Amino acid sequence: MPDALRLTDVDAFYGQIQVLRGLAFELRAGEVLCLLGRNGAGKTTALKAIMGLVPAAAGSIRLGDLELTDLPAHEVPKAGVAYVPQGRRLFAELTVAENIEIGLNARKKGPAVAESVLTLFPILRERWRQRSGTLSGGEQQMLAMARALCLEPAVLLLDEPTEGLMPSMIARIRDTVAELRGRGVSTVLVEQRVDAVLPVADRVAFIENGRNRETVDVARLRAEPELVRRYVGVG
Amino acid sequence: MAFGPHLLLAALEGLVQAAVLALTALGLSLVFGVMRVVNVAHGEFFMLGAVLAWGVTTAVSGHPALGFAAALVVAPLAVGAVALLSERLVLRRLDYNPEATIVATIGLLYILQQAALTFYGPEARPVVPPFNIRLQLPWFGYSAYKLSVIGASAVVLAATWFVLARTRIGLVMRATQYDREIATAFGIPVERVYAGVFALGAMLAAVAAVLIVPISQAHYLMGADPLLLSFIVVIIGGLGSLRGTVVAALLIGLSDGIVSVFFSPTLAKIIATLAVALVLVFRPQGLFGQAAR
Repeated sequence: MPDALRLTDVDAFYGQIQVLRGLAFELRAGEVLCLLGRNGAGKTTALKAIMGLVPAAAGSIRLGDLELTDLPAHEVPKAGVAYVPQGRRLFAELTVAENIEIGLNARKKGPAVAESVLTLFPILRERWRQRSGTLSGGEQQMLAMARALCLEPAVLLLDEPTEGLMPSMIARIRDTVAELRGRGVSTVLVEQRVDAVLPVADRVAFIENGRNRETVDVARLRAEPELVRRYVGVG
Repeated sequence: MAFGPHLLLAALEGLVQAAVLALTALGLSLVFGVMRVVNVAHGEFFMLGAVLAWGVTTAVSGHPALGFAAALVVAPLAVGAVALLSERLVLRRLDYNPEATIVATIGLLYILQQAALTFYGPEARPVVPPFNIRLQLPWFGYSAYKLSVIGASAVVLAATWFVLARTRIGLVMRATQYDREIATAFGIPVERVYAGVFALGAMLAAVAAVLIVPISQAHYLMGADPLLLSFIVVIIGGLGSLRGTVVAALLIGLSDGIVSVFFSPTLAKIIATLAVALVLVFRPQGLFGQAAR
């Protein structure tokens, strides 16, 4: 499979503190790649570096033939990368409809795209005029994903989408990720809990101290659970 | 004059003040709400609007309404251009850092003030109103121009509300206000939005100044009072809240008008300051502001 996204030797800093140290991984077209690692390993920073929200001080981030580090941050989503941040970070004072409109505007998509996205999350239709800050945690997560999917992205970045959700909602989010893979969306999924990613990921990259220590197929991860203990610290 | 008509007269004077104050304070509130920049130079944009209005009305010959109409277009555009330049050359270079921009806009205040002193001079100069009609009410006569100031402010406020609440650019501004980083992640060019908001805030102050300058006079030190009153209004109304700004401007404007007429202007300022203190103690987010989360 060709690469949808490739990071090569990426360094990134918060002020004087280096968070990414030569981070490298590739996301194959149509796959779900999970970044696993402890708190502070650099997983969220990796996603922010891809989005241009944290500038890459060195290295390359390529979306197909396009070098993303050459673009201003607000041009990255227009190139086809969508971001679902940790903690949802909806525009809480805006309605569900307005959050969806922000997603559509990012790549000048029309209402037909919103209709297609809402087939994945029909509950959002019932909440259409409701302020997004008043939705339940699960509904907020659905809206955060719907907002991102309104870009019709080639690459979707999901940062801990199951955080704080009840098990039924976690299963729902997993099913959605699997369905998106079926639609050809390549996904980078950041998680801390291995049980949340095993059913849906194709490969797992273990991030430690801002580096990719090892990338393995999910089949190998199932066969060698000590990998998780080594890099994440829990089974 | 009997008490009733006297009260009506004071209320009308207060409404004129409130109308102009609402426009000026809305500019300050928008800039803080969206950009988190406390623009200490906001009063100088007001002053610049008044001074330019004098310049334009003096330059345009013919009926005073012609010059005034030209001033109503030219002064806000010119002040908006100065604001854009300030945003590009100063605020953007400071990455809109809240503390640094306070100091920078204090500097901008002095630059604009001294530029006005240099090129306009120290005199207070009158601007001829576009029309001189006196409406004869049963109890007293009242300037039709003053009433038109209230109407014009209401129209500009309504237009601003429409842009913020009902248009795509308004949605973009609100999204930027709530989360700059996520707005960027959804393709919103935040720096361009900031530039537009800063210019819009300055233009609102300039429109207010053009409207009021036929009633008061243009002077290079006239920016201090609108700045102080705008801060009072914005604190009471709630930063970034259009509704709060209008309500607080009405409260402050009316109380200022009425208390000034019946008691003294100093007492009116004391009451306004006391109101700010009470709001800061009991409802720091303002009457219509969102509590910090």
